[in-house]
Amino acid sequence: MAYLELKNIYKTYGEGKDATEVLSNINLSIEEGEFVAIVGFTGSGKTTLVNLINGLLEPTSGEVLFKGEPVKGTSHERGVIFQNYSLLPWLSVEQNVLMAVREAFPKREKAVWKRKAAHYIDMVGLTPAINKLPKELSGGMRQRVAVARALSMKPDMIIMDEPLGALDALTRGNLQDQILNIWGKDKRTALLITNDVDEGIYMADRIIPLRPGPNATLGPEFKIDIERPRDKTELNDNPIYKTTRNAIIEYLMGIGEGRKSEQQSTYILPDLAPKSFVRL
Amino acid sequence: MKQSVTVSKSEEAKWLEGIKVVLSKLQFKTPTFNLKKIIVPVISIVAFIGIWYLGAEALRQREINFRVEKALTDQGQAAANALQACFASNESTCQTNTLPSPTQVWASVITLVNDYYVVKQDKLDFKNKTAAVNAKRIAAGKAPIVYTGRASFVDIVIRSLKTVFAGFLLAFFIAVPIGIVIGLSPTLRNAINWFIQIFKPVSPVVWYLLVFMIVKTLLIGTSSDNSFLISFISVGLCAMWATLVNTAVGVSTVDKDYINVAKVLKLGQLQKIFKIILPSSLPLIFTGLRITLSVAWMVLIAIELLAQSPGLGTFVWEEFQNGSSESNSKIIVAMFVIGIIGFLLDRFMLTIQNMVSFNKSEGI
Ligand SMILES: Nc1ncnc2c1ncn2[C@@H]1O[C@H](COP(=O)(O)OP(=O)(O)O)[C@@H](O)[C@H]1O
Ligand SMILES: [Mg+2]
Repeated sequence: MAYLELKNIYKTYGEGKDATEVLSNINLSIEEGEFVAIVGFTGSGKTTLVNLINGLLEPTSGEVLFKGEPVKGTSHERGVIFQNYSLLPWLSVEQNVLMAVREAFPKREKAVWKRKAAHYIDMVGLTPAINKLPKELSGGMRQRVAVARALSMKPDMIIMDEPLGALDALTRGNLQDQILNIWGKDKRTALLITNDVDEGIYMADRIIPLRPGPNATLGPEFKIDIERPRDKTELNDNPIYKTTRNAIIEYLMGIGEGRKSEQQSTYILPDLAPKSFVRL
Repeated sequence: MKQSVTVSKSEEAKWLEGIKVVLSKLQFKTPTFNLKKIIVPVISIVAFIGIWYLGAEALRQREINFRVEKALTDQGQAAANALQACFASNESTCQTNTLPSPTQVWASVITLVNDYYVVKQDKLDFKNKTAAVNAKRIAAGKAPIVYTGRASFVDIVIRSLKTVFAGFLLAFFIAVPIGIVIGLSPTLRNAINWFIQIFKPVSPVVWYLLVFMIVKTLLIGTSSDNSFLISFISVGLCAMWATLVNTAVGVSTVDKDYINVAKVLKLGQLQKIFKIILPSSLPLIFTGLRITLSVAWMVLIAIELLAQSPGLGTFVWEEFQNGSSESNSKIIVAMFVIGIIGFLLDRFMLTIQNMVSFNKSEGI
């Protein structure tokens, strides 16, 4: 039995004449401890897919099974890192994390909560900024708070919706490593949504393209058989990396071409410049 | 012993720290000697007073000319000449009744200030005179005799401030809870919306009449002075709408991201309201409260006038009824006082508003 399983998922927004089917026939299964990445164009329905898995949305038809049970609403077992951080701007770094800790461990004492919060804030290296408000932090720091908040609830699975999309290349690389580090420690199951093929290949065990919507559906999966820990500079010359990368890009480009000729509109493509892995 | 000393010292230090923080938040910037920033307002103030002076002088001349000419046609040359001379000598019997000049207004300021000291002395004398009697009355279980003489201008301003403050509190305690409730429930919002839309634009005068009808009947048979009650309720009801609407809008339009956070953390309903919805709507609520306070101060004058509440409204109206040149100056003094207090109240609210607001776009 798969850890997370999506069976014949369809998701439609709106009713009647205005209805648009964003996701069609999505099938996905993730095993325990796996790190899976889904890549897709902006607007293809990635956030919709993530929200179906974390329980913020319900599918129009089909089933989402988590540990064999149908997903009904959100759960502390599935930690979420949102695309736009979603920190509460009136709370400090510590208070943002504390709020999550309190909910996840309601029966503990205040001192325990504080200790746990401090632990996770330290894990993402934000102890010096513990009393700062989100607006006093850089984008990368905010995202680290969001990571700390999600992890502090000790979720069994961590779901990340383009967590690094808004960051500069250097910060992005750093955070990729931090997330991999944390994931490597206790091998939690992880789902990463990204619009960056390189990021997917660097981080995931498996990478699956999402064919753009409407009627977005998952494409063929690509296994990344590269030893961990992976080295970014060596990766460039790794034959598996090269072939996988080209295959995924070809696949996505093929869709992109098809869409362009069909709909005469432009789409934001992932960064495809060759040999640009360490993007400085 | 030693310990307690150090404790009190650190307490003091904390207080000082706190005061410093408050002062810095009140936006008292150290004055930078930017010549333009000082000279430009000074020039505009001088120009304002100059234009005011010339305008007042022209109006005075117009009134004098009219009255002298009237005397000429009605009573003849001699009477006209006498009147002209009388005006020129600026005697108290020959005053114009028009817009007072800046010098006259300044004279009134001084009169009012002196009057304040006179009244203060009166009150002191009264207290001394009645001290013995009052002590006996209190001992006998009777109410002491209180000063009911003339009020000074300061008393009048304080009365107005009390009224506006009471009205503001009333507006706060009605509008914020109702705003939260209807913000949370779309059904209630629909049910009450017509009510808000209809009552929001009603003028202060009508609010006064409405409150008067109700309060008068409720307090029927009692002889106490209810002008304060009536005026602050009218002020509150008239001014509360901005807070009501802003609170409802703030609560009903919480950023979807924050709601998603509440769901992912699985906050309970109350937690969601107190930890997510209310904090995120605080900036809008305070914007509403700021508008409410400025509206309250603005409508206060009209309502006090109608309610005969001895505040600035009644002061202005009574001076107008007096119709002397001196009264006109006092009205202008009151006008400036009203304006300056209104400005200070607004500044105060703005400071609080800035304290509670977080930059939404930067926050996410
Ligand atoms: N609540 C909603 N109601 C209607 N349409 C929506 C809603 N949320 C997303 N969409 C539409 O669904 C599509 C996919 O959106 P989204 O899942 O956010 O894509 P992505 O995360 O890949 O950028 C977009 O065309 C978007 O306009
Ligand atoms: Mg998205």
